[in-house]
Amino acid sequence: MTLEAGNCPNGHVSYPTHPRCPECGEPQDETFDFSEVTGEVVTWTTSTATPPGVREPNTLAIVEFDVSDVSGVPDASVRALGQATTDDIETGDAVEPVYVEELRDPDVGLKSANPESTDWDGYRWKPV
Amino acid sequence: MGVAIIGASMTKFGQRDAWLQSLLAQAGEECLDDAGVTPADVEHLYVSNMASGEFEGQTGVMNALAHDLGVLPAYSERVDQTSSSGGAGIYEAWQSVASGASEMTLLVGGEKMTHKTTGQATDIIASITHPAEYKHGVTLPSFAGMTARHYLERFDAPRESLARVAVKNHKNGVDNPKAQFQKEITMEKALESPIIADPLRLYDFCPITDGSAALLFTTEERAKELTDEYAVVSGIGGATDTHVVHERDDPTIMGGVVDSSEAAYEMAGIGPDDLDVAELHDMFTILEFLQLEGIGVAEQGTAWELATDGTTQKDGELPINTSGGLKSKGHPLGASGVAQGVEIYEQLVGEAGPRQVDAETALACNVGGFGNCVITTIVEAAE
Repeated sequence: MTLEAGNCPNGHVSYPTHPRCPECGEPQDETFDFSEVTGEVVTWTTSTATPPGVREPNTLAIVEFDVSDVSGVPDASVRALGQATTDDIETGDAVEPVYVEELRDPDVGLKSANPESTDWDGYRWKPV
Repeated sequence: MGVAIIGASMTKFGQRDAWLQSLLAQAGEECLDDAGVTPADVEHLYVSNMASGEFEGQTGVMNALAHDLGVLPAYSERVDQTSSSGGAGIYEAWQSVASGASEMTLLVGGEKMTHKTTGQATDIIASITHPAEYKHGVTLPSFAGMTARHYLERFDAPRESLARVAVKNHKNGVDNPKAQFQKEITMEKALESPIIADPLRLYDFCPITDGSAALLFTTEERAKELTDEYAVVSGIGGATDTHVVHERDDPTIMGGVVDSSEAAYEMAGIGPDDLDVAELHDMFTILEFLQLEGIGVAEQGTAWELATDGTTQKDGELPINTSGGLKSKGHPLGASGVAQGVEIYEQLVGEAGPRQVDAETALACNVGGFGNCVITTIVEAAE
């Protein structure tokens, strides 16, 4: 499994990927994996009112990753939103991505009629 | 071509037995009556609605309303821009008259939500997010929690300042007979209510609501012939920000608010200092700060001071959300932007009753998603 970000010929990066670079509109024809990179928590929340099929409470964090090495683009960083592995998290914490097969239950909720429309696996952030 | 608003109405917001089709019809009928215009005069009909299919399994609501109101064969269209569908409807209605395509345009916004559980309604709204966000169970309230935490930590703003927004808007809502909650709350109650998305609590969020609101648009020339009570749409702008919320360079800047308000100010030939009153999209208390900064009333990181020093109170220098805002009035998604327009229209023509403030120039900012799509409208009193 990978945590896949995209980059364009002008050296812009984004997570998730887009067909065209959000920054300049060039095709985003390359991708890189940042699942092995340690990131830093920018902000977080613990949600206690979650939709059907989502764990409760659900602690979520936006994490910033320095992806210079894995993207080959100097000073590049991406942010990513994801679930945390613990409710005990603070802004500035260092976290690493940990793979999870099912982040929420595909069989309930609005998309349960067509669960194949979406991936349900992904990465949680674990404090290091 | 100058575009005027000549009529406004809204149903009672709250938990309603009526389904969407009849809520829309009620607001639409009352709006035509308010302006003294007959259905046969309506040339375009826009229906602002985010998710009638998802909420009640009813689609094609613009056609249903056109038939129910007897405006056939008027051009009809449903406008969806999620939470800013109402503002987008104002944009469409303005365009239709400004372009000369229609001389009489009725806009009706509405949503029926309360028959769903909170979890189901939250899921329908969360379905606007990118799949990479949705699969983590993100909700709009949790975006608000993360943004509020970042704002408070970065700008050293007191937690109490957010509660002041809720207290103020509930106080304003007491004087709005159409509001879902006509009830004051205390700071203690707001600050001690259950946590929903830490650091935000129950009273930092608007409720789930049923309701409908309507506005009638025509040319300035026709307005003068029909009535003494009209207001003029002097500026309007719409803009889109990133779909993926974490991809924004600065989580505390709502680019759609900045861009749409700049366009609206430019069209109106005014700036933030010229505003007398504004309706902002306080779906979450933190959004009132982000919009005050986005529309240029406050510098980045300082809008919380306006909640603390009384500037945004009804008797303050720039009253914000005299209607009670989404916070106390309620937030029937597609209706909310239209209801903002109803409030500023009533303020400008002097029909706001106990909520009345002295206003010649008013702004409404309607935010879709978490700032994903934004419409800013400036309306001025007729000369």
